[in-house]
Amino acid sequence: MSDLVADLLAGKHSALARVITKIENRSPGYRETVSELHQHTGHADVVGVTGSPGAGKSTLVDKVAAEYRDRGLTVGVIAIDPSSPYSGGAVLGDRIRMASNAGDMDVFFRSMSARGSLGGLSTATTDAVTALDAFGKDVIIVETVGAGQNEVDIVRTADTVAVLVPPGSGDDVQMLKAGILEIGDVFVVNKADLDGADRTVQQLREMLQGRGGGAGHHGAMAATDESAIGPDTEGDAADERWDPPIVETVANRSEGVEAFISVLEDHADYLDRTGKREQQARDRFAAEIRTLLREDANELVSGELDRHGGIESAVDAVMARETDPYTVVDEVLAPLRECLDAENAP
Amino acid sequence: MSVEQEQGERTIRCLVAKVGLDGHDRGAHVIARALRDAGFEVIYSGLHRSPDEVVQAAVQEDVDVVGISILSGAHKTLVPKILDGLKEYDAFDDRLVLVGGIVPDDDKADLRGLGVDEIFGPGASMEEMISYIREHAPDR
Repeated sequence: MSDLVADLLAGKHSALARVITKIENRSPGYRETVSELHQHTGHADVVGVTGSPGAGKSTLVDKVAAEYRDRGLTVGVIAIDPSSPYSGGAVLGDRIRMASNAGDMDVFFRSMSARGSLGGLSTATTDAVTALDAFGKDVIIVETVGAGQNEVDIVRTADTVAVLVPPGSGDDVQMLKAGILEIGDVFVVNKADLDGADRTVQQLREMLQGRGGGAGHHGAMAATDESAIGPDTEGDAADERWDPPIVETVANRSEGVEAFISVLEDHADYLDRTGKREQQARDRFAAEIRTLLREDANELVSGELDRHGGIESAVDAVMARETDPYTVVDEVLAPLRECLDAENAP
Repeated sequence: MSVEQEQGERTIRCLVAKVGLDGHDRGAHVIARALRDAGFEVIYSGLHRSPDEVVQAAVQEDVDVVGISILSGAHKTLVPKILDGLKEYDAFDDRLVLVGGIVPDDDKADLRGLGVDEIFGPGASMEEMISYIREHAPDR
């Protein structure tokens, strides 16, 4: 076991921080590090928090973390901010909102930038969650702006996904239809003291009713009934459906935070009771294996392409109608195919 | 199209921290933006941070550079507390500690003696600061 991993497991904060840095940079050896940590994981509850910019995610996360600390639990937070696609730089400002946990080392707050790497971020997030889990955090919160597929992939790291909606934002609720509505296990109308909060709750409720079964974040989910109260506890456990509740909060005054946490706990109970937590974990690992396979295979293939003269010369040849894309691909992959055929020959 | 991160390539991370009662953060904002545009990742602390909070942020974010902006003249009490905290968490040796603000010449030597790597006063240019960071960012 490497010293860094040993230090992390021994509870050294700077080692945890350095492991996450290695993960973010994909420094040499990060894969071995994450591999070593894997066996120490599986104990944390992972909560994803997403929503449009300005919905109050960071403030809510801050208060939730403080409440967990009051209950004697340790907390890890990963906050993801976009980075500039031009300079690669970023100002990561979510930390400003972490005022309730100032100086409390048992809230480990880490800002990550998207660094313009498509897809890679969800891998990095998964690995960072692994590090926090192995470190022994009881609750891990992943916070990200909800705007598109990348974010949807990121929150899939979580056992429970909370979607924040600011009030008075009819258009925002419309925006939610595009993929975000399906992933929420709980919806939070934050800033519920503002005008229009009731209307937003109403709109959300109507939309959730229309959401139907099938394509939920965690498989089977179906239309809600009129009430916005927690799960239906009747019936056969395995068939039990989760109706996403709507919680109203005023995060900057800590209102509704306890109610929000108890919904998170309800959902955690539901996952355990129905065996869905295990199913989710299986799905997640399957997805992770597929992603890693794809990434590594991609790398092998692009190396092979370079040995064939690179993409530009291939494009030149295709442009000149000397060859075509299919033939290029066949030629590049020919040695790989031969290897695999030889391997699998009887 | 976005620039793909090369495997193993390092992004320099900087903390820009406002510490103590000093409420003047225009300079810190300008610096945060300039560092961002130089391709660094910048964690901005917000105003009125205690030394403990700065240490917490520097350790958890694993920054390469801890930039402390103080215009209030309290550097002699606040900076040593931050340095001690970094040492306590084993996060001092492989980090640059920079102080920006108004520091009398007499105090500069003291701060350097305690472990501050560089002090940027009024008139220091962004380019100067950025190239200093590029040149001196710790090897990890």
